[in-house]
Amino acid sequence: MSQRVVVVGGGLGGLRSAEQLRAAGFAGDIVVVGDEDHLPYTRPPLSKEGLTGDLSHATVAFRRKASVDDVTWQLGASVVSADFTTHTVRLADGTELAYDGLVAATGVTARRLPMDAPESARHVVRTLDDAERLRTELTPDATLVVVGAGFIGCEVAATARILGATVHVVDPMSVPLVRPLGTELGAALQRRHEHHGVTFHLGRTVAHIELADGQPTGVVLDDGTELPCTVLVEAVGSRPNVGWLEGNGLDLSDGVLCDSALRPLAAGGPIADVVVVGDIARFPNALFDEQPRRVEHWNIPTETAKRAARTLVATLDAPDLAALAPAEPFAPMPAFWSDQYDLRLQSFGLPGIGGDDIRVLEGDLDDEAAVGYHRDGVLVGVVLLGLARRFGHYRDLIAAGRQA
Amino acid sequence: MKVVVDMAICQDHGQCCFAAPEVFQLDDAGKLVVLIDSPDESLRDKVEEAADVCPLQAITVEG
Repeated sequence: MSQRVVVVGGGLGGLRSAEQLRAAGFAGDIVVVGDEDHLPYTRPPLSKEGLTGDLSHATVAFRRKASVDDVTWQLGASVVSADFTTHTVRLADGTELAYDGLVAATGVTARRLPMDAPESARHVVRTLDDAERLRTELTPDATLVVVGAGFIGCEVAATARILGATVHVVDPMSVPLVRPLGTELGAALQRRHEHHGVTFHLGRTVAHIELADGQPTGVVLDDGTELPCTVLVEAVGSRPNVGWLEGNGLDLSDGVLCDSALRPLAAGGPIADVVVVGDIARFPNALFDEQPRRVEHWNIPTETAKRAARTLVATLDAPDLAALAPAEPFAPMPAFWSDQYDLRLQSFGLPGIGGDDIRVLEGDLDDEAAVGYHRDGVLVGVVLLGLARRFGHYRDLIAAGRQA
Repeated sequence: MKVVVDMAICQDHGQCCFAAPEVFQLDDAGKLVVLIDSPDESLRDKVEEAADVCPLQAITVEG
């Protein structure tokens, strides 16, 4: 009888998992269950150019390799639980799917703050549907209040300014993007945004939202400042979608704790016929150390899918745990980018673990620059402002683990 | 195997250059250059990965 792999998650991680299972030689049935109604699509444009022009599934859909033409896509269906002892997952409609192998690739959901306004009055930007709703409200006469000065918040702010809207950004930290990038670079990016007309309210939180007909008309900050508001955007991070894995003895305290083969770890060791892919995978990266981390960067779904598919196919072929540990180390170079106005910011490595020793390696933060993040004197992350031509040089330095 | 890059949508992110440095390179101006249009079969894995990590899906692998 043909084996079946169930992939839970219909985003980039789910798509790449299906493709990589085929590439690794799996010829059985693949069922991908996704809670959105759409086939996999690319999310980075949703907070950037996707908000300015034509946005539809067709403009953001991923190409799918011919090898996954025979995959069954169960869309608009969410998995509510998994049972590792009976090898089944249960869907919200009560149906059960049996699996020989399971891929967990459920990604993250936009985090919500407790606020005195219904969620329908507050935008988030995670899904295509979210972005389509927001896009229709981003008109030149709109007044946006963006809560959260992280990457998504800053990108939405920049895009809204390009469209001519009035933009306020509120964040409890004293500098935008301070946690991922540090004070100096965060402050430089704040200056760019201010130059483009964004008003920041830093060290502040939202105390109250004024509503009329269910839509915001104003926001009151914790210091009493009153801001007009026609569009409220919440961009306060994300939380991993792992509730459906509860009850199987896993460490779900931050995503799913995995070994370097992407197998989830239970008290008795790794689970043989389950792998974890993408934003929810908390795995050790040999490029840095043995510390497992979740990494919500662009290339991680693709890289973890490749690794995880090989693990799973090896398991299905020869279910002998001892023989499974992949020989080569898993050391993907995390990478992402952010477009704000005419600036492209590119990040490699893990700037977040080098936040205690940040140095401008070259250039000028108000123009083009390279910023290095170091741990114990070793370069662990680089953020480029522009300077695309220096991309290879710095990425190689991180890969080599050399001192800059 | 033939590698085709749609330069009209390429934005020089450079992700491909690290997946398959034998085939893709950024020049001194930060612009993408395809070094080999028809790479050897031994590079297929790398080239496929380059296509996979392209943020713009600008890379097509034919054959």
